[in-house]
Amino acid sequence: MQEQRPSARFRPSDLVDFAIVGSGAAGGIIAKELSTAGFTVVVLEQGPRLTETAFDHDEFGTFMRNKHANDPATQPQTFRASSADKAVPQLALIYGRLVGGSNAHFTANVWRLRPLDFNEASVHGAIEGTGFTDWPITYDDLEPYYTKVDWEIGVSGVPGPFDPRRSKPYPMPPLPVKSSGVLMDRAAEKLGLHSQPAPMAINSQYYNGRPACQHCGFCLFFMCEFRSKSTSMATMLPVAEATGRCEIRPDSYVARVEVGRDGRATGVSYFDAQKRMQMQRAKAVVVCANGGETPRLLLNSATSRFPNGLANSSGVVGKHLMFNTYFGANAQFEHPLNEYKSVQNTRIVLDFYDTDPKRGFYGGGGIDARFGKYPITFALGGLPPGSPSWGEGYARALAEQYSRSMFFGSHGTSLPVPTNSVSLDPSLKDAWGLAAARVTYKDHPDDLKNAAFLRSKAMELAEAAGALKAWPEPIAPQTNSVHLLGTCRMGNDSRTSVVDKFNRAHDVKNLFICDGSSMVTSSRGQPTMTIMALAFRAGENIASFAKRGEI
Amino acid sequence: MNELHNRRAFLRAAVAAGAAWAAADLVQVEDALAWAGQQTAHGAGAPSTAAQALTKAQADVVEAMVSRIIPSVDGRPGAREAGAVHFVDRALATFNASQKKLYTDGIADLNRRAKARPSSAGGFVALSPAQQDDVLREVEQTPFFQAARFDAIVGTFALPTYGGNRDFTGWHMLGFDHQPRFQAPFGYYDADANRRG
Repeated sequence: MQEQRPSARFRPSDLVDFAIVGSGAAGGIIAKELSTAGFTVVVLEQGPRLTETAFDHDEFGTFMRNKHANDPATQPQTFRASSADKAVPQLALIYGRLVGGSNAHFTANVWRLRPLDFNEASVHGAIEGTGFTDWPITYDDLEPYYTKVDWEIGVSGVPGPFDPRRSKPYPMPPLPVKSSGVLMDRAAEKLGLHSQPAPMAINSQYYNGRPACQHCGFCLFFMCEFRSKSTSMATMLPVAEATGRCEIRPDSYVARVEVGRDGRATGVSYFDAQKRMQMQRAKAVVVCANGGETPRLLLNSATSRFPNGLANSSGVVGKHLMFNTYFGANAQFEHPLNEYKSVQNTRIVLDFYDTDPKRGFYGGGGIDARFGKYPITFALGGLPPGSPSWGEGYARALAEQYSRSMFFGSHGTSLPVPTNSVSLDPSLKDAWGLAAARVTYKDHPDDLKNAAFLRSKAMELAEAAGALKAWPEPIAPQTNSVHLLGTCRMGNDSRTSVVDKFNRAHDVKNLFICDGSSMVTSSRGQPTMTIMALAFRAGENIASFAKRGEI
Repeated sequence: MNELHNRRAFLRAAVAAGAAWAAADLVQVEDALAWAGQQTAHGAGAPSTAAQALTKAQADVVEAMVSRIIPSVDGRPGAREAGAVHFVDRALATFNASQKKLYTDGIADLNRRAKARPSSAGGFVALSPAQQDDVLREVEQTPFFQAARFDAIVGTFALPTYGGNRDFTGWHMLGFDHQPRFQAPFGYYDADANRRG
């Protein structure tokens, strides 16, 4: 597993072509695109570089002790529902803190957007109190790059009845159906809905030098020790390093993007593993730090020339934060499903993807058949309301229901509300002395109505599947997320967006920004595919600009 | 570990037969399986059971308490059999030290309540399981009980490296089979679909 990687090594004083901040879904892809195009690249990653032997099945450490995620003990955040409230210390933006980023531990759902997602505001009209607007690109602009993700990253699947046009088939067939998927198929058929194999960035067969999924069951928030999960860590970073032009530099926490007198980025300042400040010089900077850390970094990079933060003449850096909604229906069945085996989900229903004005609110989504509860999580809250929470009845229910439980997860839209935001906390600092993120977030009423609608459909599916017992996941205002979207949105108008349609900052010619922050709308709850496609598109275009001397 | 050995034997046979995919598969999967196999075998090396944060008497009360929160029923193991008390003790000695007073006060309270009962012979551990349940019902809304419930769960179901879930007892109780790899069919409802292929 420990291949020799002929990685480049640069000194911070070396002027490299590109410094990339973040090594996740977007950073890894852009590093690969730029280094294979002949450019020198340093990828700065705040987290450690871990090898497969560090990838364990430790639910407690992973979910409850931030083993591989940002830790509020050293990187505190504050949260408030609105600017009228006092922001209190609380983790609101959750991400993978390691080489590979959140992409290393993602569940591997890879839904494409549909043509509709890109111009929904034109179709349905503006929504008061939001920044709901069209993307500056279309599905056709992004389609070749979705296909690149399919083939270069590695996606298993088969087209469904509502899928948008694709220029190439999936490179791998779907993963074997689980019991939850069979139940979803049955329920959908009964209800006149359409259940289709879930597209997953997980190898269903040996592909591109990586083995097929071994069905160990630890995908959600875990890293794959088999490298069967198609992450940018498993697929892109090795290619980037093999060029001999790309260095992945772990334990490097970027504090500022530095800008010269001419208003151009000159590199990035970062804390190394010993907390010493270093500056990596670069001809151009690409920020892929995620939808939470990217705006924080830009705001922390304020100078007298850019007093509101770098690339923020529009004032929208950090605004329009979108979390997506994720609720659904829990269900228990007569026989064991053993959902703890294999990937999270194998079937999805996308009949409710489009916004339907007849429902009276904006939004849509998808429903997947999954489990999602490892043993501790299940014991803490996996039994129906009214169940005993301790004692003999509790122990019996745990033992009988663990293998018989599943979840119909409903994934929905979030509207881009300008007051939902990442800003700098005026007093709280992290362990490096940098201003902490202050998150302001209140679901738009339509988001919660849509979530309730999708949950009711999940309940119908659970019941149609023949569940002995089904109960809804309580809907409550969201105060944290792993989906961090919209905070440096792309657009054609420099007054209302942060980056242009090629992910170049409107205000700084040699600064590019690409990650969940670029998204103009939220997706139907599965944004990673689009983040990756945007990264391929941005990477290709940045390389072209650089070759033509247009950076 | 038979599964692991079978898989290796299969892969070696495939390599011998000249299957190119298996050659690449073998190197990666075998290494990963070796690691995954180590993980699934973990738990045999049980951590020290000597109390670190709690006295022996306090640990006995915690053990009695967690064994009523997740008791052994229908012949299945519970929190006592999983050694959840060792998780509690180690956590209180390390990352959960801030809850030590909550625990020592809560333990003393359980003993006080036990001794206040008619015909009491001693502290909480001397009560019958039914009597212990009565006492726990009196305190089930307290922060101490809620902390102990959380820790009973973690101590029963977290990796054995944290001190509990001895020999994966807790996972066996759930019917959660921890193997480095599985093959379809996975459960009752997908048996037909996966047999049809």
